[in-house]
Amino acid sequence: MPDTFALESEDIRKTFGHFTALAGVTLGVKRGEFLALFGRNGAGKTTFLKIAATLVRQSQGKLRVEGIDTREEPERARRHIGFLSHNTYLYRDLNPVENLRFFSRLYGMPDSEERILALLDRVGLRRRASDPVRAFSRGLHQRLGIARVMLHDPSVILLDEPYTGLDANAVEILNQILDQAASAGKTIILTSHDLEQGLRAATRAAIIDRGKIVFDSGAKDPAIRDAYAAYIRLGVGR
Amino acid sequence: MRSKILGVLVLVLMIANLYMIFVFAPNEATMGVIQRIFYFHLPFGVSSYLSAYLLGFASIMYLIKHDLKWDRLGASAGEMGILFTSMSIMSGALWAKPVWGIWWTWDARLTLQFLLGLIFLSYLMLRAYLPEREKKAALGAVFGILAMVDVPFNYLSIRWWRTQHPQPVILGGGLDWDMWKVMMVSFCAFAALYAYLLDRRMAIARVEEEVEYLEHAILAHD
Amino acid sequence: MSPVIAIVFKDIVIEMRSKESVSSMLMFGVLVLTIFSFAFEPSSIERSLIAPGTLWVAFSFAAILGLNRSLAMEIDNDCLQGLLLAPVDRGNLYIGKVASNFTFMMIAEVIVLPIFVIFNNLKFNLQFLEIAGIAVLGTFAIAAIGSILSTISANTRMKEVMLPVLQIPLTVPVVISSVEATSMVLSGDTKGISSWLYLLAGFSIVYLTVSYLVFEFVVEE
Repeated sequence: MPDTFALESEDIRKTFGHFTALAGVTLGVKRGEFLALFGRNGAGKTTFLKIAATLVRQSQGKLRVEGIDTREEPERARRHIGFLSHNTYLYRDLNPVENLRFFSRLYGMPDSEERILALLDRVGLRRRASDPVRAFSRGLHQRLGIARVMLHDPSVILLDEPYTGLDANAVEILNQILDQAASAGKTIILTSHDLEQGLRAATRAAIIDRGKIVFDSGAKDPAIRDAYAAYIRLGVGR
Repeated sequence: MRSKILGVLVLVLMIANLYMIFVFAPNEATMGVIQRIFYFHLPFGVSSYLSAYLLGFASIMYLIKHDLKWDRLGASAGEMGILFTSMSIMSGALWAKPVWGIWWTWDARLTLQFLLGLIFLSYLMLRAYLPEREKKAALGAVFGILAMVDVPFNYLSIRWWRTQHPQPVILGGGLDWDMWKVMMVSFCAFAALYAYLLDRRMAIARVEEEVEYLEHAILAHD
Repeated sequence: MSPVIAIVFKDIVIEMRSKESVSSMLMFGVLVLTIFSFAFEPSSIERSLIAPGTLWVAFSFAAILGLNRSLAMEIDNDCLQGLLLAPVDRGNLYIGKVASNFTFMMIAEVIVLPIFVIFNNLKFNLQFLEIAGIAVLGTFAIAAIGSILSTISANTRMKEVMLPVLQIPLTVPVVISSVEATSMVLSGDTKGISSWLYLLAGFSIVYLTVSYLVFEFVVEE
C-alpha cells in the first residue's frame, strides 16, 4: 500500500558540479516511523533532507511527502514538512514571539498567539519571550529553532544533526518533543553521526554512504552496530 | 572535423574579404579610404548584438533544461560579446577621429555599444565569483535573462537621450552596388569567423570541465 | 495576512530595532549631495544643470547600500532558507522583498529630497511634488531589479562589491529617464516628459514580472 508512506523517494540523484552527493536514494518511510539516518560528513545525509524539504532541487528522481510530489506541488508539500538544521533560520533582531509570529504568518495560520506561547512553554523559553534572539546562547537558539519547526504542526519532521551544539537541558527538551511527536503518530527522520543518540527513540535505522543507502533495518537489529562501525568509524572502501 | 572545415572556410573567406575590402572596393567620395573601416565595423557591431541574443537564448534554455551545454553556450557568447563590442568600439573610434575629429562621443549608438560591453563584463565577472558549477550556471542564466530584457530599455532611453551617429546608409539604399558586394562578402566572412570562434570556445569549455573533473577525481582518491 | 505583507511587516520591525538600512542610505545620500556641492561652484549656472544628476546618483547609490543591508539580514543565520521552507511561492518572497526595500528607500528619500531642495535653492511648491512623484517611480524600478540582483550577488564571494557591478549597468535606463524627467520639471518645460515616465513604469512592470518568474532559480540549489 503505497499511500501509507509519509515520505517516499525514487532514485534521487544530486550532483554538485562533478561531486556526486546522492547516487540514487530510494527510500520509503511509513507514517509514524522514526528513522535514524547515519552517515559520515559528506555522505549525503544533509543533501537528502534538504531535497525532501524542497530547499535543494534534485538532479534526478522523484520524491513525495504525504503523497505530494515535492517538485510538482512544492507549496502544498511544504505545509507537511518541518525541517531543523544546524542553522536555526531565526532573525537575531526579533524576539522569540516575533520570530514565531512571522513564521506563522508565512504558514497562513490565523490566531497563532496562544499556540506560540504554548510552544515557548514547551521549550522553556516563556520567560525569555521578549528578549531579542541576538542575546541567546547556542542552546537557547536551538530550542527556539525546535519551536519554529513544530509551529505549523508538521506531519513529517526532518532533523539534520539536531543534537550538535545542544546543552544537556536542550537535549532533554528535544527528546521530550520528539517523543511526544512520535506518540502523536508523526513521521520523524533524524540524521546523526552518533549511534546512541540517534538510536534512542528510533524504530528504524539506515546508513548512507557516498550517496547511497548501504544499510536499512529495524533500530533494534544488532547488525546496525557492525554496519555503523564499518561504514562510519572505519569507512569501508576508502 | 567540423571545426577543421569551418577553419578552412574562415581562412578562405577572410582572404577573399581582405582582397574585396582593400583592392576591389571603390574609394568613397567624401570620406576616402577611411570608409573601408565600415566593412569591419558593421560586422563587429552585428556580432556583438548576436552575442547578446545568443546569451539570452542560452540562458532561457538552461533554466528550462538544466543542461550544462547551454551554460557553456551562454558563457562563450558572453566572451564573444566582450570581444566584438570592444572591436566595434575600437574600429568606430579609428573611423571617428579623422571624420568627426574626436575618438569618442556620448552619442546614442556609441553609448549603447559601450553599455552592452559593460553588461557582458558584469556577466563574466559574476560567473568568475560564483564558486559552484551549478550556481554559476543558474545565476549566470538568470542574469543573462535580466540583461537581455535590459537591451530594449537601454535602446529606447539612450535613443531619446541623444543621437549623433550617422544614420545607417545601408538600409537607406544609398550604398554603391560594388560596396554592397564587399559588405556582403565581409558579413559572410565574419559570420563564419563567429561560428568558428564559438565552436572552438565551447570545445575549450568542455575540456576545462573535464580537467576540473579529473582534478576532483584525483583529489578524492587520496 | 498575506506572506508579502508579513515579510514587509517583519522587515519594518527589524529596521525599527536596528535602523541600519535607512540610516546608512540616508547618510550616504546626504554625503553624495554634499560632495557634489564641493565639486561644482555653488552659484554657477551648471549647478542647476547637474542638480538632477546629483540627486539620482545619491538615490541609486544609496539604494545599493540599502539592498546590501537588507540581504545581509536574510543571509545572517541562513534566514532566507527559513523563508524558503514556508509554503509560499518563491515569486511572492521576491515581491515581499521588493516591497520592503522600496519602503526603506522611500523613507530615506523623503528626508534626502528636502535637503536637495534646500542645497539647490529650489522651492517647496508643485515642482517639489512632481520630483517626489518621479522619485517614487524611479525608486520602484530600482527596487524591482535590485531585489533580485542583490539575491544573486549574495551567492558570490565579495557580495557587497558584486551588487553595484551587476546593478549599475542594468539601471542605466532608469537613471537616464529619472534624470531627464527631473531636469524637465526643474526647467519648467515638461513637454515629452510622459515618455520618460512610461519608460520608468514599463521597466518596473517588465522586471517585476521576469524576476517573479525566475526568482526560484536564484534561491534554489
